[in-house]
Amino acid sequence: MIPELGQLALALALCLAIAQTLLGIAGAARGQAVWMAATRPVARGQFVFVAIAFLCLTASFVNNDFTVAYVASNSNSALPLHYRIAGVWGGHEGSMLLWVLMLSVWTFGVTLFSRHLPLEMVARVLGVMGLVSLGFLLFILFTSNPFLRVFPSPADGRDLNPLLQDPGMVMHPPMLYMGYVGFSIAFSFAVAALLSGRLDAAWARWSRPWTTAAWCFLTIGIALGSGWAYYELGWGGWWFWDPVENASFMPWLTGTALIHSLAVTEKRGAFRSWTVLLAIVVFALSLLGTFLVRSGVLTSVHAFATDPTRGIFILALLALVIGGSLLLYVWRAPKVGLGGGFEPLSRESMLLANNVIFASAAGSVLLGTLYPLALDASGLGKISVGPPYFETVFVPLMAPALFLMGVGPLARWKKASLPDLASRLRWAAAAAVLAALALPFAMGRWGALVALGLLLAAWVAASGFVQLYEKVRNAASGASAWTRLSSVPRATYGMLLAHFGVAVFVVGVTLVKAYESEKDVRMEPGDTVEVGGYTFRFDGVRDVTGPNYVAGRGHIAVTRNGSFVTTLYPEKRIYRVQNQPMTEAAIDTGLTRDLYVSLGDSVSNTAWVVRVHHKPFVDWIWGGCLLMALGGALAASDRRYRLAARRPREQYAAAAEMT
Amino acid sequence: MPRAPALLLLAALAAPLAAKEAAPAAADPVLEQRVMKLAEELRCLVCQNQTLAESNAPLAEDLRNQLRERMREGKTDREVVDFLVERYGDFVLYRPPLKATTVLLWFGPLLLLAIGFAVLLRRVRRRAPEETGVSDADRKRAAELLASGERR
Amino acid sequence: MTRFAIPIAIFVVLLVLLGVGLKLDPREVPSPLIGKPAPHFDLPELREASKTFSERDMRGKVWVLNVWASWCVSCREEHPVLLDLAASGAVPIYGLNYKDRREDGLAWLKGMGDPYKVSIFDFDGRVGIDYGVYGVPETYLIDKAGVIRYKRIGPLTPEIVKETLLPLVRELDRA
Repeated sequence: MIPELGQLALALALCLAIAQTLLGIAGAARGQAVWMAATRPVARGQFVFVAIAFLCLTASFVNNDFTVAYVASNSNSALPLHYRIAGVWGGHEGSMLLWVLMLSVWTFGVTLFSRHLPLEMVARVLGVMGLVSLGFLLFILFTSNPFLRVFPSPADGRDLNPLLQDPGMVMHPPMLYMGYVGFSIAFSFAVAALLSGRLDAAWARWSRPWTTAAWCFLTIGIALGSGWAYYELGWGGWWFWDPVENASFMPWLTGTALIHSLAVTEKRGAFRSWTVLLAIVVFALSLLGTFLVRSGVLTSVHAFATDPTRGIFILALLALVIGGSLLLYVWRAPKVGLGGGFEPLSRESMLLANNVIFASAAGSVLLGTLYPLALDASGLGKISVGPPYFETVFVPLMAPALFLMGVGPLARWKKASLPDLASRLRWAAAAAVLAALALPFAMGRWGALVALGLLLAAWVAASGFVQLYEKVRNAASGASAWTRLSSVPRATYGMLLAHFGVAVFVVGVTLVKAYESEKDVRMEPGDTVEVGGYTFRFDGVRDVTGPNYVAGRGHIAVTRNGSFVTTLYPEKRIYRVQNQPMTEAAIDTGLTRDLYVSLGDSVSNTAWVVRVHHKPFVDWIWGGCLLMALGGALAASDRRYRLAARRPREQYAAAAEMT
Repeated sequence: MPRAPALLLLAALAAPLAAKEAAPAAADPVLEQRVMKLAEELRCLVCQNQTLAESNAPLAEDLRNQLRERMREGKTDREVVDFLVERYGDFVLYRPPLKATTVLLWFGPLLLLAIGFAVLLRRVRRRAPEETGVSDADRKRAAELLASGERR
Repeated sequence: MTRFAIPIAIFVVLLVLLGVGLKLDPREVPSPLIGKPAPHFDLPELREASKTFSERDMRGKVWVLNVWASWCVSCREEHPVLLDLAASGAVPIYGLNYKDRREDGLAWLKGMGDPYKVSIFDFDGRVGIDYGVYGVPETYLIDKAGVIRYKRIGPLTPEIVKETLLPLVRELDRA
């Protein structure tokens, strides 16, 4: 009964999505106020029905309804409750439903926070979002229906993939999808602007908080995926340039470019057509990512059950949605006109240089990811493109971006002065050079690459302090420190925090790559091994039983200079249902280092192979990502967006006319 | 002396129980490091999303053994890699070789960056002040005003 | 004006590429040995361990080398096809028993039928590596000069035998 209800809810949601699209786009095109006003409630209705469908699927999982084929292949009665719920998005069909749910959540958000926007704009935006929704709902109903029944139904399910039975993995898809789907708002705003023929600075201001929010979620989603790979896969690696990782990274890179480009368009009205194009490209890359994971075109650890039919459908969706928007772009963008002029050395040009760098970086990742396919398709042979390529290419591209991060925020709009900038930044530069020369020695040895990484990170951090200092100094002179600090806009703090997060990230990557150490040893109970200044003593392996697995659990006592640090319990698990072996590493997390131990194979009755890693500053990688996301959250919640939300709509329409 | 044999016996029994520094898992750790470093740049053909170093597939084990053997015989990294490429093609390399077919791959990023900056510079230079429709006299007055009392 | 059309032009190229990609198999590793001499081996036979067999023994003849194992599930699929091909006498088939146990290999042939003139026993898989084997079953067609002319990765199907293998065998026989 419940699965059928879910299917019905989806069908109804589809009808509402169709209505939303027609009412929104046609209504705005014809100036029909009644139609346009109707898009909001229709969009909310769509959200309600998608939510009902999602709840029905969740109920099927919670109730262990194995007559539903999707539940049977992704769950099991021995699976703990929280993983039964997570199983809802553990496979292709359910994750598509999650995608659509996220889209309807964001749509709902737009209906709530758009009171101050002209009705025509809101209608168009909702219309475009309705179109995307419509495409995905069709996809689900016709090729990826999670509610299909299976007869005869199995007695028990095939269990959720053990790799997914983990808190990080549970949150990773929802966060990622919130990001991917959130960019559909920027996309919808861009297409709405092209449709209306009006592309002004106000449009950029409206798009910005949504885009920044989506970017925050994507940052967290990617960081979760990376952190999960680190502690779950047992190798201590955290980024593999796997095609699907790249598929999430490309929207992130272009999304970063978009946030910065929107800043230029909002403040100076410049480069509007480029920003619009970028908004389309970011969402295109989100859709491309969806395609790559589910079509079987590229091999990947992430690949869902690949099916060329699904691939064709998504490709068609991609062609229609993005192809359509790009055609619209060809038609409308030339009329947009140029914005304010600026000098070759100015904040605008630096922000645009940022765009060039990030767009080139995204382009390079795309090139590397699709090149093997391109060669194969043209019959020119079969190659692999992996981490050695991406690392060689990506790092040099990012270095100038890091340099600009220090200078850009200090440069004046329209025209900046080089001597002026140099003088304001001289102490930051000195601090950076000092850090690059001295800090490596504190870690044990000096290296050129380490120094470069630390130089850039310290530069970003130090110039960030200069920026804050100047803002505080120039604010309300004579007032107290607290007043001055609070007079700095939240968005500025957001920017500073996010940039600082980047510096933290770079420190983490640089130091862990340069100074990590590991030993692969054969241990009898009582044996010790020393890594990174810590002593690890192996105290044997005991058998344990989990809810749906059996395991051998190792006991490793860790000491440093004789004093006890911690005990680590790495495990080798076998999940009963799928009979799949899994290695669970044991990690002692610290601010300045991680101790990472995993069990290899047993080589005799008592002896085991144990792999011990010392990873200095590795958690700064994800700490940096978290700071970036927090910075973005601060920026997105800046007062001017919230205040603007309260101003009457007419004032905005008038302002928009003038630009 | 009656106690000596007893002590000796005790010592013999105690020896296996004494904790010791664990031995490396590999027979030759230096060679092993070289093997693994190379294996990290090679692709496992069975579990195609893992490096030859990480993969637990039987073929990966066999290939790592081949790497070990050849390196032990004194072959260079280059020779070992060639051995694999002869049999499995360029697919096995995670670092694509620079050939006529991969020139675009390796130089693409630089090309993108160069094109991007070229476009940026052209657009920036094209924005001549004339477009704002300000007269020359006004422009001169503005410059004077700006020069006289520059505030941040 | 035309610069605004650049994005859609790039996008169309991308779509075509992805469309073509849907028909390809990203996991297949084409062999670099096609057109090259078959790597040398000298291995004991499966049935009679005292006898050895080498690819040189087949000079002057067109022949098929099929890589199989008793633990290989897909080999069961292709076995009837091999039996038919052997019965037709169009081309002699020789087997490479890859990383198997002698008893298991022999038992398998006894139960499933033996299409091979001779099966050789590659215990540690070294010859397999020399031939670029990565996934059993794999099949090679070798010509009179001892050059590999064709490789099939995965089980043989009647269509492949009829449309690709046999025509090539006839062509090589005439040479």
